[in-house]
Amino acid sequence: MSRPMLEIVALEKTFGELKVLRDINLRVATGEMVFVIGPSGSGKSTMLRCCNRLEEPTSGAILIDGKDIVGCSSSALNRMRLEVGMVFQGFHLYPHMTVVANVMLAQIKALKRSKDEARERALAMLDRVGLRHRAETMPTQLSGGQQQRVAIARALALDPKVMLFDEPTSALDPELVGSVLAVMKDLKDSGMTMLVVSHEMGFAREAADRVVFMDGGLVVEEGPPEEIFANPKAERTQAFLSRVRA
Amino acid sequence: MQDFIRLFFNLEVMAQTLPLLMQGLWMTVKLCAAVIALGLVGGLFLALGALSHRRWLRWPAFAVIDFLRALPPLVLLIFIYSGLPFAGLAISPFAAVAVAFFLNNSAYYAEIYRAGIQSVPAGQTEAARACGLTTGQTLAHVVLPQAVRNVLPDLLSNTVEVVKLTSLASVVSLAELLYSANMARSLTYNASPLVLAALVYLLLLWPLVRLVSRYQRRLAA
Ligand SMILES: Nc1ncnc2c1ncn2[C@@H]1O[C@H](COP(=O)(O)OP(=O)(O)OP(=O)(O)O)[C@@H](O)[C@H]1O
Ligand SMILES: [Mg+2]
Repeated sequence: MSRPMLEIVALEKTFGELKVLRDINLRVATGEMVFVIGPSGSGKSTMLRCCNRLEEPTSGAILIDGKDIVGCSSSALNRMRLEVGMVFQGFHLYPHMTVVANVMLAQIKALKRSKDEARERALAMLDRVGLRHRAETMPTQLSGGQQQRVAIARALALDPKVMLFDEPTSALDPELVGSVLAVMKDLKDSGMTMLVVSHEMGFAREAADRVVFMDGGLVVEEGPPEEIFANPKAERTQAFLSRVRA
Repeated sequence: MQDFIRLFFNLEVMAQTLPLLMQGLWMTVKLCAAVIALGLVGGLFLALGALSHRRWLRWPAFAVIDFLRALPPLVLLIFIYSGLPFAGLAISPFAAVAVAFFLNNSAYYAEIYRAGIQSVPAGQTEAARACGLTTGQTLAHVVLPQAVRNVLPDLLSNTVEVVKLTSLASVVSLAELLYSANMARSLTYNASPLVLAALVYLLLLWPLVRLVSRYQRRLAA
């Protein structure tokens, strides 16, 4: 495996007494899409949120393209966050700005791009997710699926090296899920490195390079999707998969 | 009846004292501008302090807000105007009123901002920070615009209170609207200037009050 774009080393996270992550080790190669599955409360979101330090790791290291994001200064952190795009289950678009302004804001304030440059880039990214024609709309006028695609465009506009997705389709009506997954597939095909928490098994089979099963703050098992889904080795994985399929 | 009209709605007296009242109105406007502007800024800082996760910022901010809300504004004003000179700090009536009501109103504006900021979902801050924005940028471009929009009726309401509050300045002989009207009354032995002053306050504040209730109805809908 070439040098990983994202490497999580001995990551631990405790909330007070509660040990949520215990010794997580995970490498995501450049251009790889890794799927994370596991029961509710297993620590999937916490792990993802540690990767851009929305959650402060208790110990361990997280390397983005070789640079440790844990323990860097707050100005260095803001720079490194530009390299890590994040997409949330609840979209979190800024409701007081137009769609295109949503995609422009961090480009101007954090990347210091000019307004014109940011706008051009924003429109290109909106085009990529199929929403250029909605650039001047307010986010609340859009469907959930459209909002999530704008959120993806907002992250992409900062030219991240890695994209993190936390259950990007869980809040969507079933008929809107496909459009978001299509954008993610396109992103994967263009070579983006992606770490995705999601239970879209069909999509994982089709697009993921690897699937990681987490439980109780540990990586229990990992492997190619066919293998994990068809022949899970660990008992906990088997139990989880049979529950999800039921 | 004739007497009543002559003593309360005497157009001649009103016309005669109008210039004096307009001077008073101008003073009221200047006072309001100072108190509102300072209060909006001071209130924001107090609110940010009260919401900080740093204890050494949060506790003093809460203490100041509570103290200022519990202290009657008139007590504060008289203390600043008549009490501080004992410590060698004599200030003009205008400065005394501006400082006293700025302090009082900062606390009220702070509570409104605090409610507004807390009404913005945490996901907004997280999304902005994840995009590399600093704390300050997140506040300025993402959180505050939404917070202010959510509490605009309350901010306006409090601003109406500020305007009403400035009439207390007559106590320290600052020639604002009420003081000027009362002076005109004693000069003319006629209550009409007071009626006129009341009308001016009404004219000034009624549109604001309408605006507030329109907003409130729209938010409720
Ligand atoms: N800020 C927090 N403070 C305290 N406990 C937390 C916090 N965030 C998460 N937890 C706890 O950590 C555990 C793991 O949460 P996490 O959200 O990472 O799980 P998850 O695998 O993403 O679950 P789900 O599938 O429900 O999203 C849970 O028990 C949760 O209650
Ligand atoms: Mg989660």
